[in-house]
Amino acid sequence: MMLPRRRVVLLAACSAIPCAGATPAQVGALIQALVGEAPLKDGLIHLDLPVMVENGNSVAMTVSVSDPPSPVEAIHVFAEGNPLPRVAVFHFGPRSGAPRVSTRIRLATSQTVIAIARLRDGSCWRDSVDLLVTLAACIE
Amino acid sequence: MKKAAPDLYPVMARLDRATGINTMERAMARSSRAMTIVRLILIPAALLLIGAGERRSGYDDASPDTRAMQDDDNANPAFLWVKQGESLWSVPSGTAGKSCASCHGDIATMHGVAAHYPKFDPKRDRPVTLEERINICRTDHMGAPAFAWDDDKLLSLSTLVGLQSRDMPMAVEPREPFLSQGAALFRERMGQLNLSCAQCHEDRAGLKLAGSLIPQGHPNGYPEYRLEWQGMGSLYRRLRNCMVGTRAEPFPPDSREAASLALFLAVRANGMRVETPAVRP
Amino acid sequence: MVRVLINVPKQIRANEPFDVKVLISHPMESGQRRDQMGQTIPRDIINSFSCTLDGEKVLNIEMFPAIAANPFLSFSAVAEKSGTLELKFTDDDGVTQTETVAITVS
Repeated sequence: MMLPRRRVVLLAACSAIPCAGATPAQVGALIQALVGEAPLKDGLIHLDLPVMVENGNSVAMTVSVSDPPSPVEAIHVFAEGNPLPRVAVFHFGPRSGAPRVSTRIRLATSQTVIAIARLRDGSCWRDSVDLLVTLAACIE
Repeated sequence: MKKAAPDLYPVMARLDRATGINTMERAMARSSRAMTIVRLILIPAALLLIGAGERRSGYDDASPDTRAMQDDDNANPAFLWVKQGESLWSVPSGTAGKSCASCHGDIATMHGVAAHYPKFDPKRDRPVTLEERINICRTDHMGAPAFAWDDDKLLSLSTLVGLQSRDMPMAVEPREPFLSQGAALFRERMGQLNLSCAQCHEDRAGLKLAGSLIPQGHPNGYPEYRLEWQGMGSLYRRLRNCMVGTRAEPFPPDSREAASLALFLAVRANGMRVETPAVRP
Repeated sequence: MVRVLINVPKQIRANEPFDVKVLISHPMESGQRRDQMGQTIPRDIINSFSCTLDGEKVLNIEMFPAIAANPFLSFSAVAEKSGTLELKFTDDDGVTQTETVAITVS
């Protein structure tokens, strides 16, 4: 018969260990569906994420496109190692000042995060970051 | 009386060599008055051994992104609690029909208050934290029930009051016998893992525990937004964390042990800048 | 109604991009965590966010559980004249909350 506190600690540990549902193949398929026949090139878009993540619960992320040849319509962000592959989609409108958004995201484990920018001229641009995520030492 | 540890903790060992006094033997052999004198000299000396230059806030040990989160009031989630605190400050609560503002006026009157907590409360005959003090106001002056520990509204109020001391140096009274008791608890091995606070936060501060950098554990930013909690929490919540982490039974929130440990940690951080509301990993 | 903090610059110049910073109080329960009894805590997140300036679209965001708790958003807008910024967000229950902030263009 387990002590209640031990059970809490064990369960807390269970809840903290994530199940990586997404896979690189799944994200690849989503990107393929998004891009379609359009050319997908590296560059233009910049995905800013720390390589060493202090805590996966909250990771500062900035996506930005500098000097796009045509207006940026949307930026899609994917996480290959999260339970779910999608992180966010940013759709820019006529009153947007710049194709740049900062937010904070959750990352379940060490993985690659990928950002795809879709421009109005149909071109797609890609950037990715490989990062390390460790679990906290003491789980509450 | 606790049995003396077979090996002296590094700080006490250094002190004993420096002063030529074996504190363990003295504590057992002499009267309590002499013991108090010894403690009054040696405990502050022990605290000073960390050295003003050697002390590192959790801020100093955090990543640049985490520091940036704390530095920008528009990006620091704790300000969502500050906003709630500002609303609660003027809302009457309890049978007396009073709000915080009824007695304290504008929140600006709380300038510098949090920097002195934990503070000795004569009625309860022990130091109380700022959160406890807010609850004392509620039960003793407002006819309102005390908030549960780390209640969302309680944290909102203590964060708001703590913010009024931001950037001021901590200035907590080193009240005995609680300070010595807290110092002893800090060095006492606890739990199934048989670890003391000092073993991590003094002996191994700056080293890693499973990929996480071990901080010195100064409470100068509480209540703080902790990324691990995905929310706000008090120092008590953090101490509870650690005790559960060592598989120890956590001290109850209104216990003398919790109060003494909080007091010791605060005095140990005296002079350090209040960072409330801090952001920590 | 959840707590929201919105920051826009006090001085905004016409046709010059300015930053909008938003903090929303929301646990963004991912649907991955388990409670003390081992039951999955149901997903409960803000799934969409939109910002318009006098009715014109600035930014729409589709948000997923990977957005951290107490969402922070910082983005750029541009205005020709003074007006009203309207921020709307909707959670998984379909509840929409709208916040407005006046912007002053000098």
